[in-house]
Amino acid sequence: MTDATALLQVRGLNAWYGESHALHGIDLDVKQGETVTLLGRNGVGKTTTLRAIMGILQKRTGSIVFDGKDMMPVPLHKAAHVGLGFVPEERGIFANLSVEENLTLPPVVAEGGMSVEEIYTLFPNLEARRHSPGTKLSGGEQQMLAIARILRTGARLLLLDEPTEGLAPVIVQRIGEVLQTLKARGMTILLVEQNFRFASKVADRFYVIDHGQVIDSFHVDQLPDRMAALNEALGV
Amino acid sequence: MAAIMTTTTRSRRRKAINAETVLIALGVLALVLAPLYVYPVFLMKVLCFALFACAFNLLLGYTGILSFGHAAFFGGAAYFTAHAVKEWGLTPELGILVGVAGAAVLGLVIGFLAIRRQGIYSTMITLALAQMFFFFCLQAPFTHGEDGIQGVPRGHLFGLIDLSESMNMYFFVLAVFLLGLLAIWRIVNSPFGMILKSVRENESRAISLGYSVRRYKLAAFVMSAALTGLAGGLKAIVFQFATLTDVSWHMSGEVVLMTLLGGIGTLIGPIFGAAFVTTLSNYFATSQLPVTLVTGVIFMVCVLVFRRGVIGEFYASRLGRRLSQPKTEHCAEDEPPRS
Amino acid sequence: MIFDIPIQAFLGQLLIGLINGSFYAMLSLGLAIIFGLLNVINFAHGAQYMVGAFVGYLLLTWFGIGYWPALLLAPLVVGLAGMLVERLALSRLYDLDHLYGLLFTFGLALVLEGAFRYWFGASGKPYATPEALSGGYNLGFMFLPKYRGWVVVASLIVCIGTWLLIEKTRLGAYLRAAKENPTLVRAFGINVPLLLTLTYGLGAGLAGFAGILAAPIYQVSPLMGTNLIIVVFAVVVVGGMGSILGAIITGYMLGILEGLTKVFYPEASNIVIFVIMAIILLVRPAGLMGREA
Repeated sequence: MTDATALLQVRGLNAWYGESHALHGIDLDVKQGETVTLLGRNGVGKTTTLRAIMGILQKRTGSIVFDGKDMMPVPLHKAAHVGLGFVPEERGIFANLSVEENLTLPPVVAEGGMSVEEIYTLFPNLEARRHSPGTKLSGGEQQMLAIARILRTGARLLLLDEPTEGLAPVIVQRIGEVLQTLKARGMTILLVEQNFRFASKVADRFYVIDHGQVIDSFHVDQLPDRMAALNEALGV
Repeated sequence: MAAIMTTTTRSRRRKAINAETVLIALGVLALVLAPLYVYPVFLMKVLCFALFACAFNLLLGYTGILSFGHAAFFGGAAYFTAHAVKEWGLTPELGILVGVAGAAVLGLVIGFLAIRRQGIYSTMITLALAQMFFFFCLQAPFTHGEDGIQGVPRGHLFGLIDLSESMNMYFFVLAVFLLGLLAIWRIVNSPFGMILKSVRENESRAISLGYSVRRYKLAAFVMSAALTGLAGGLKAIVFQFATLTDVSWHMSGEVVLMTLLGGIGTLIGPIFGAAFVTTLSNYFATSQLPVTLVTGVIFMVCVLVFRRGVIGEFYASRLGRRLSQPKTEHCAEDEPPRS
Repeated sequence: MIFDIPIQAFLGQLLIGLINGSFYAMLSLGLAIIFGLLNVINFAHGAQYMVGAFVGYLLLTWFGIGYWPALLLAPLVVGLAGMLVERLALSRLYDLDHLYGLLFTFGLALVLEGAFRYWFGASGKPYATPEALSGGYNLGFMFLPKYRGWVVVASLIVCIGTWLLIEKTRLGAYLRAAKENPTLVRAFGINVPLLLTLTYGLGAGLAGFAGILAAPIYQVSPLMGTNLIIVVFAVVVVGGMGSILGAIITGYMLGILEGLTKVFYPEASNIVIFVIMAIILLVRPAGLMGREA
């Protein structure tokens, strides 16, 4: 299931935390406009995969090609300018910055990003609280802000790490709507998600990761057939 | 597997101890014979500074507290000893004890304040308090300001042995130096020393294990200050004066350099460092080039490329990395994500 | 009438205190900025202050460049030199124990002081007060030398300007964010290593500015920053390095307090700041405005 025309192609990706070998040869593709979800239990390497693709984890081997460009030699602070946008699991809202400063912190790297006004239309809560410190927002609002922040930059691939973690169902639903909106606008998304009920609503394809390797991959249509196996694999 | 590992570690440790014992025996022999070949006053200076550096290293190397105020203990003890011997007419050994006691009290006060903050803040606090002590010495009547206490009699050890005899003085200094070193060795290898090391490695873990970390840190601080006082008092007797030089912050910096150069956290590294720095200061004392320029350059080079120091490098190369665990140099970025 | 002389002495010392406070504020501000982002205690800060004064002195004696251009050039030179140091050396130490940064900059301070003493001797060199600021105002109750007034004004401008730069601008937002989570800021496409270099340059530049500002008041000498930096460390311990504003306010406050001590108990004026530091450590170990435990 490899595709040489994919926007993001990852081949044989290995990565280490210090001495500990975390990824053992991940292969995956994300096509233009597609939403792809990485599934797997805790600690199998999903977050690590995102961090290695982004370049936060520099101790990595294999190949990462984004839009025809070899990302391996690209230093972390250049990766955003190539078109990768990163939303970390812990959301990374800055306490010393106001909501608006948080929102406008990442530099615009390409055309096609949303304007601050568009973002405020999409997330009215953020506008109402634009001057309060970022971490005074609720968990859900912080997650919105973390996503909104990347939408401004014109990034073409959104690396989104567990956006629903620890959030109330109504907020999860709201985030689902936001992702639908993004998809409709043609955004490409690589999503890490434990909650595959949520993922099944937004994703086109899935990869199942275990022990730092891809053990299965399938299209969203195949999901019902896989339910039983998945429940077992994910230990849900 | 585990059993094999312990055996190798143990045999390695035994080898290390053997190597160290041989080295120390050779060193002592060399020091006994040295005054035949080298100017004794210079040797005594080296020994005083070596003891100073070892005492300092007790704090930095085994507790992880970087004090930039050890000159207060060193120079302070020199003043106390000089005053006790000259004005009160005490014998040299009692005078030195006065110096040690004074340094210990100073250590208690400065240490108590310094460990109220951690890490780099502690360092700034020690520096500031030592500077305060410097100004005290500048103004207090008994220290005689810029002149210092001059003409301190060497006197008779225990009222018997005439220390104005150069060789008597030398062997007294050597004996005190070795005793001081022995004391440090005992402290480091005692259960107390083990706890200190665990504080250095992981303070919060030591706290969670139920150790009153502050008390241990303070105890280490006071011991280090007292032993530093021993070196300072001894120096006052040897050179027969006590001046502001020994309480100035340059002195605090110099002892850091000696320790860094020799190897932080090694038992004998600071001795090498002290010998090297003292030789260097002697050499440049007569030259046009300010000593600080040279020591500054050595400092920067050491920090950049030679952090383990002479002895640390020796251990690292010969006996594996067991004795001087190098800091692992991976970036914060490589740490696993929290979740 | 009876208080005539004491009041003059009082106000005179208050002014001197305010001027010292101006320098404490500028220097502790620079230290706080550098520490905030780089986690380095910049021991060379006093030496960089000295170099700032020397750059002014040398510009005048070698090239005939006067005070006003020097006020701009001195911090620039010191700042650029600082950036070079950060790039070549300090940046290699970030992943190590913080004490190595302190030790390195301590070595740098020794080298700078040693080198300037070697070239120019230990004695102080006078730097004339600029024409426009010589003379003073008779305020009735005291004589205010113009230059001293200017020092207070200039330091206020610089401190407030720096504060605004960090709190209100985009660059400042980068700095504040990088202080919290440098990795994420890099992932957003901001060149954090460059930011660190600039920050060190800014801090060193502030020290250089304080130096040229000090040149006409104190003499230009290789050792002018040595004792000052230790006092500034005490100021920083008192204020806590958590906040930029805290560093500034504590600087002015302690300077004034020191001035007042000169009036009431001159013997203690050298050590009053250290005593205050000790008291603060006893009653409020985190510092007046610090967040660090």
